[in-house]
Formats: sequence, structure tokens, C-alpha cells
Amino acid sequence: MSESRLVMELGFKMAEKISMHNGVWRVDAENMHYKELNKLLRLLNSKGVEHVELDNVYGQRYIGTGLRKPMRIDVHGTPGNDLGAFMDGQLITVYGNAQDCTGNTMNDGQIVVHGRAGDVTGYGMRGGKIFICGDVGYRVGIHMKEYGNKKPILVVGGTAGDFLGEYMAGGVLLVLGLNLKPKEKHQAKYVGTGMHGGVIYICGNVTHLGKEVKVMGTTKRDMAVIEKLAKEFCGHFNLDVEQVMAREYLKIVPVSHRPYGKLYAY
Amino acid sequence: MKSYLPAEYIVERDDEKCIRCKVCVNQCTYETHYYDEETDRVYSRDENCTNCQRCVVFCPTHAITIRKNPSAYRENAHWTTEVVKDIKKQAETGGVLLTGMGCDKPYFTYWDRLVLNASQVTNPSIDPLREPMEIRTYLGAKPDMLTAELEDGNLMLKTTLAPQLTLETPIMFSAISYGAVSLNVHEALARAAAECGTYFNTGEGGLHEKLFKYGNHAIVQVASGRFGVYSDYLNAGAAVEIKIGQGAKPGIGGHLPGEKVSAEIARTRMIPPGTDALSPAPQHDIYSIEDLRQLIYALKEATDYTKPVSVKIAAVHNVAAIASGMIRAGADIIAIDGVRGSTGAAPKVIRDNVGIPVELALASVDQRLREEGIRNRASIVVAGGIRSSSDVVKAIALGADAVYIATAALIAMGCTVCQKCYTGKCPWGITTTDPWIAKRLNPDIASQRLVNLLRGWSLEIKEMMGGMGINAIESLRGNRLHLRGVGLTETELRILGVKHAGD
Repeated sequence: MSESRLVMELGFKMAEKISMHNGVWRVDAENMHYKELNKLLRLLNSKGVEHVELDNVYGQRYIGTGLRKPMRIDVHGTPGNDLGAFMDGQLITVYGNAQDCTGNTMNDGQIVVHGRAGDVTGYGMRGGKIFICGDVGYRVGIHMKEYGNKKPILVVGGTAGDFLGEYMAGGVLLVLGLNLKPKEKHQAKYVGTGMHGGVIYICGNVTHLGKEVKVMGTTKRDMAVIEKLAKEFCGHFNLDVEQVMAREYLKIVPVSHRPYGKLYAY
Repeated sequence: MKSYLPAEYIVERDDEKCIRCKVCVNQCTYETHYYDEETDRVYSRDENCTNCQRCVVFCPTHAITIRKNPSAYRENAHWTTEVVKDIKKQAETGGVLLTGMGCDKPYFTYWDRLVLNASQVTNPSIDPLREPMEIRTYLGAKPDMLTAELEDGNLMLKTTLAPQLTLETPIMFSAISYGAVSLNVHEALARAAAECGTYFNTGEGGLHEKLFKYGNHAIVQVASGRFGVYSDYLNAGAAVEIKIGQGAKPGIGGHLPGEKVSAEIARTRMIPPGTDALSPAPQHDIYSIEDLRQLIYALKEATDYTKPVSVKIAAVHNVAAIASGMIRAGADIIAIDGVRGSTGAAPKVIRDNVGIPVELALASVDQRLREEGIRNRASIVVAGGIRSSSDVVKAIALGADAVYIATAALIAMGCTVCQKCYTGKCPWGITTTDPWIAKRLNPDIASQRLVNLLRGWSLEIKEMMGGMGINAIESLRGNRLHLRGVGLTETELRILGVKHAGD
């Protein structure tokens, strides 16, 4: 769709905020409320726009939520909470840090963050991929689940806070610990507590595990999974995959798919 | 280790009437009855009996009677037989006592201590069979004020209204998840809701693909487990409900045992078959009213502001203040589930001891919202033990916009409230995912029975309204002058906002 036609639909006020070059739409999000910004994204999405660059993003929430068609969104700035909540197949790249609840209950698509992400990243994720370059906050990857070939992937470049992978029911959570100093341990406590499905791969020592999980060494098959994800991760952030793969990984898996089977009388 | 517990019920079989047809043997999912070929007789294992009455009504010769076991422990008002048995069970297993349905204790029901008014002499009652009677109800945020303009002699509404649910009767089917009940039950609820012009709530287990076509009559629930929640699901429903809590188990999570997670349930919930479906006690993206606002608006964004968002909480001590916060967080509907609220499985100690009666919660919430001038900004739906049309009318007079029913709906479909839902072996084919048992519930018949129930209740609601001289349910809402209390203390009357009968 041409720029002028879209601008006509959006009205004069929006016209100053958007521009198009080579099929890529640029939106200046400065002083835009999230409702306004997301309404614009939904409109562009419904018109079949495939690539949007958002400039001056200052904490607008729910970017990528409610979009029905494939779309690439590049975020310059700091997106707000619930980035890509319930997202279904779009691709978001953040050139900055993300806040809390990134990829909340995400169904499909990809979020790449060239920085850190906050608490509850990937909560209830049921598909798609999230790559965080730096550290993440508390309760990350909790209640991720999987069914059939729908398997969520969450890769963290740095370290994570407590309750990593809590209640995890499926998917793959990979923590690379790239910013840990030699012999430095992950500080996260209660890793995998209540976990009953899926797998956590982690590089570096974990000091405190939930009682529902056990630590194992990695097999060849595990290393193949890690390598595939590490390659993707390094591709996004321009890192050397060989260095990443030269390190040792632990595998954390649930002891049982029925952790609370013996909790009840009759 | 075994506890020596007397059977709760005794199965009495009149051997003269028994024709050895073995219907009882086949119908009991707890294997209470068995046939012995050598003696050509049917016997019972009394200790297995839950008194669900399935065998009693299926016996073609009426040979079976279930009686409460008269052999109980010595009478003791404090150390009741129930208490003694519970202790023994826990001493044996070291486990949490599970139960199903709502709190069965004798306290807590205020509906029975509220009576309704009727017109006599000073104002006429209305005959609902021959005069128009409006019980249609709209749920959703109402504007603070309306703006209208005259255009070519026509008054045109200028205010943009928030999305609303339209209920042809102020009764909806409360959240019952697929997994807790069979697909047949979900289908019966969906079809009945569609036929009656009302809504069924999916519960937190997602919506089976087969039922997406009833989405216009579905309230799709989002709970802490986020089972089956994705954009198609959210957009399939007429409204979205965030489940914070449930009357039967306020403050604790849910847990669908792995053995109930069949292939179809796994697909709908999006978890591997056979794994436990855990719903954590909190939603970890909601630790405050501000966080609730964040999820409410996430759901509004995901549905493009086309659907009302409901928030369901259990009735607890500070319910009025919480409700106020919920409205300020952007909830369009607030659902309050009282201490009588039912469940497929809950720790008995929680079910029977946590939460407050929904009557008191409703009255205090409605009052508080009115005082704060925000009552219009959300509709109130109450749930938890609504048994009859009079409970509905009393709830509306206390301030509710509509009610949710679940136990009553299950009873309409065959449930006898034996409270063993958590075993997954419901002999009536309701709270089970075993395909062999689930077949017992025919969705055609069950949905017709639900439709009949709502029709009957709606007729009665109109009769009661007519008797009060009210012809539109809007005029009954929060009209507490039509209620009087009987045998209530000053405090109870003050909280309920009603006068004592005779006053």
C-alpha cells in the first residue's frame, strides 16, 4: 500500500509520525501512548505491511500483541512490559533492553533482545523463540509448555534470577552465562522448582535447585540441541559460536511428570 | 497401612427383587457391586459406595437402597464421625484431604434468611404471562454519562459504548474446565448457552476445537496455568475472564492430575499427555492492582478492545476494596465467587474454611462501588451455590447484574452432588475424562435439560418480579427495599443493607 493512501486513512495527526522507505515503515513512537502505537501497528499489519521500524520507544507496552499477520518489528529504544504478549508469529528485534513479561503466553514467532530483559520473561510460553543477549530477571521461563511439535525456546546470554523455569512443563530453556567470570556461579535460587516437563540447559554452576529436578550431564543429543540454539543466538548477536560451545553445560530435568502425585489422602 | 473405617453408606439389596441383571455391577465406577457366579448373587463392597444413586435409579426392579451407615462412632458434637475419619485417613497417608463440589457445612447460607417483597393493595402486581417483562441484561462497563445530539429530528447517541455481553436471562454457566469435566459436558453447556442467549465459561482448560463455533456464547478464561490460551482462543470468545481465584479454594492453585490429561485434553491445554496440569496459586504477572491492569489491557490489546474483560475473584475479607481496585484496573465485569463455590477438586480444609459468604461479599461490594461512584464502570456477577431462581432474584436485589451457576447446571445434567468429582470416575459421566464413562452423558439430552432449567428459572424470575410490581430487571438491581432479613443480627443486616422482616 502506498504511503499517501495509508496516511490518508490514519489522518493528519499520524502523518508526521510515519514514513516509508523501500517498503519499510518507520514510526516515531515518541509521545505516543501504547494504545495509539499498537492501534497503528494493528492497522499496518492488517494492510499487509511486513516490516516496521519503531524509533524512540519509551516504555510502550504490548508491542506485537494482537497482530494477525506475519510482520517484522524492529524496536529502537526500550519497549514496555508485556512485549509480544500472546504474540502469534511475528518477529521482534529490540535494540535496547526489554522490561518485564516479555513474550508473555507467546504462541509463535521470535523476540530478539540486544540487551537485558526483566522478570517473568517467557511466562507460559507455548511456542516460538526468545533470545536475550544479556541477563534476565526473576521467574524467567516459568510454566513454559509444549505440545507435539510446538516447543518454545528461550535462550539467555547472561544469568538469571531466582525461580528460573518454575513449573516448567515443556520447551527448552538455555542459559549461556556468558558474562560470568571464571568459577563464578549463577546466583539463581530455586531453579526448576515445580518443574515437570521440558529441559533447562545451563552453562556454569547452579547453587540452588528446586526439589523437583535433578542435574545430569549432557549427552551428544543434548549438545546438538545446544549447538543449534547457540548458533542462532550467536548469529543474532554476532558472537563466536565456537567459544560458546567450548564450555560445559549442565542439564536440569524434572524428576517426575507427576511431582505432586503423592500429595493427597483419599 | 490401613485404617479401619466404617463404610459411610450401606448398600441394601432386596434379593427377592434382584434379577441378577448386573446393571448395578456395570454402572458403578467404584466397583461397589460384584456378581458371584457360584452363588448366583450380587454382593456389595459398602466401603466403595459414594451414594451417587446411580445403581439405585438404574436397577430395573428397584432392589437397591443406599442407607447412611447407622454404625457410627459414639455421638460427639465436637469430635464428629467426619472429623475422626479424616484424622484416620491422614494418619494413614500423610496427605491432604481432597474433596469435590462446594462447602457442605450447615453455616454460611444467607439466601435462606432473606425474603422477597410482593405488591399488595398500594401498588399493582404485574402478570408476567400477559404483560411484557424484561429480563435481558447487558454486562460490561457503562459510561459515566451519555451524550446525544438531535440530527434531523432523531436523537443520536454520541457516546461510544464499551463492548457488552447480551444475556437474555441473567444466568450464565460458571467456569468448568475441559479436563475437570468431559467434552460432552462442555458441549452441552455451550449448546445450552447458545440456545438460551446466554454464556458459558470455558474454565481454565482451553476450548476444544469442536466448540469454537459456540465462541459467541463463550467467556474464555485465562488463569495462572495459561492452558490453551492463544490469540485464536481469546478472539473466539465473546468475553475474556481473568481467573484470580475461585470460591472453593481461594488463594490456592489448581492441579489436574496427570491421569486425567488424555490426548484430547493435552491438545486443548497444550501440554504433553499424562503430565500434571499445574495452575500456580498466583499469576506471576499479577502481584498488584497495577499488574492486574497490565494483564487486563494485554487481553484488551490482544482482542482489539472488542470484548469485555472480566476478572473473577473469590469472596474474601477485603473483597470490597479489592473490587474497587479491579474496576480501577479496567475490569468490565467483576465476578465474585463465594464460600459455597464449587470445584472439581480442592483440599477439604480450604473449601470448608476459606472465604466468605457471597451474599455478604456482594452487598459490601455493591455498596462500596456506589459510594465511590464507580458502580457503573463494571457489571457484577456472583457465583457460588446459587440453587434456584429465588437465589438469583435475591442476588440481583442485593446488587448483582447476573449470576453464574455451575453446580445447579451439573445437577440438571445428572449430578447428585456426591462430592467425589476429584476421583475422575463420576458414575454420571460428568467429572471424568474416561471415554467409556463420559459416554454416559448424552450432550443432546444434557443441553436440553440445561435449556429447560434456564427456561423454568426465567419464568419464575418473571413471576417474582411481577409480584413485586417490577417489569424490568434493571429496576430490581440493587433494589434492597425488596429484601427483608429474617433472624439476622444488626451487623448482618447492616452489611446486607436490608431491614429486618416486619421493620
